[in-house]
Amino acid sequence: MTLPLPERTTLTQPYWEALERQRLVFQECSCGQRWAAARPQCPKCLRTDRWQWRDASGRATLISWVIYHVAYHPAFAERLPYNVAIVELEEGPRMMTNVIVDDFADLKAGMPLELNVQHDFGVLLARFAPAR
Amino acid sequence: MRGEVVIAGIGATAFGKLGRDTISLNVEACRNALEDAGIEKDAVDALFVKTPTSRREFMYGQKLAAAMGLQPKLGGAWDQGGAANITLISFAAMAIAAGQCEIALVCYADDPRSGARDVYARPRGEDAAYGWFSTAAGYAMIHRRYVIEHRAPPEAFGAVAVTCRANGAANPRAQLRKAITMDDYLASPWVVEPLRRDDCCLVSDGGAAVVLMSAARARSLNVRAPVPILGFGHGQTSAPLHERATLTSTMAKVSAATAFKMAGISPQQVDVAQIYDCFTITVLMTLEDYGFCAPGHAAGFVAEGRIAHDGDFPINTSGGLLSESGMPGLQLVHEGVRQIRGTANRQVKNARFSLISNQGGVMDTHATLILGG
Ligand SMILES: [Zn+2]
Repeated sequence: MTLPLPERTTLTQPYWEALERQRLVFQECSCGQRWAAARPQCPKCLRTDRWQWRDASGRATLISWVIYHVAYHPAFAERLPYNVAIVELEEGPRMMTNVIVDDFADLKAGMPLELNVQHDFGVLLARFAPAR
Repeated sequence: MRGEVVIAGIGATAFGKLGRDTISLNVEACRNALEDAGIEKDAVDALFVKTPTSRREFMYGQKLAAAMGLQPKLGGAWDQGGAANITLISFAAMAIAAGQCEIALVCYADDPRSGARDVYARPRGEDAAYGWFSTAAGYAMIHRRYVIEHRAPPEAFGAVAVTCRANGAANPRAQLRKAITMDDYLASPWVVEPLRRDDCCLVSDGGAAVVLMSAARARSLNVRAPVPILGFGHGQTSAPLHERATLTSTMAKVSAATAFKMAGISPQQVDVAQIYDCFTITVLMTLEDYGFCAPGHAAGFVAEGRIAHDGDFPINTSGGLLSESGMPGLQLVHEGVRQIRGTANRQVKNARFSLISNQGGVMDTHATLILGG
């Protein structure tokens, strides 16, 4: 069972190039809508020609998180327990990620986080760590 | 069209590990529903089926019609997760009221227990590399946020599990007939924290069906125990969790408001409710979104024992998805029908208004049904 990995496409190329620079980008439309998961059209005005990539500050807060005690894919069997979290970027968009902590008891709702790009599974992942 | 269409018959297969294909399960459920209604198969002119969750097949509705030897005027298979059963009942009722068909079967069957259940463990969206897998994890994420916002103790979730398991233990047809205590619940192992094993519904093979027709037709056919459909409603949140403005309220609110308006009743008039309990968090949020209690107050509501079968707001009287069958929802409609007929195993005295909620995806879709005598 191979792990489905995110791919570099024409659309997402700027996202990957940003991660290579330890930066995170999101999309912002001239209608005011901002979103994190890349897509060709604005989910608000549905236009494809009015959005631009914006640099995120990398600062975020923790909205919610879960801790896996069972692995739904063999690639994660030896990583248990691990967390998956929803974070809210300072600029507004939310995204799924992992928070890098030694002790899950340190995870607190609303805690400040900062971007920590890591190489894993052969791709770059936009993870977060508690803000220093 | 309040009260114009009735549920004339209900039928199901056994629940559990059956090792049979979904068409055969659907046929058995339909046969039993027709027998319960006292209707011959040839009178059926519409066949609506929810696609088996764990097996996607093209033209499934027509395969089922062929297996049943039917040439319906309309029908087909519909995918909308666990809310689809009540949605199909609504579609069938509207088609009957519009004169497009006269007698409709709505059914569902699946075999995830003996067959494949990968669908429930699949990666969510583009985030598999972060380890974001499974339906359960989505509900765990909502559960955590609910606890953050409303400071709900684990016992609030436990009260739902204890209630459903007690009702299931008393139900001879239930797949899991093992009551639990609050201590059992609190000791049950983590699956995806904060979800414990006992927060999660069963995985079940099984099938269920209902027969719908107009109230007038039911009278002329001398149907034994027709149950009028008073109201229904729908609402679809349809967004990945990280794109929702809130995680602790959904379009269930719109679904319920639509159904209450159509039925012409208020939440306070409901005598008995079957609340979709794929996970315990779903019950707490549904109670709030429906207006049975104020936002953030479900923990207090369930802790007072009100939802027990002898409480003043009994829920999931046959055990729900947590104990009777993990099938997505049509068995809850059956129990709602039995409560109005007065034939439920844990019958609520003088039940006049019986409500059922259905829900699909990770709270992506929702539907509400109100039945009454
Ligand atoms: Zn736009």
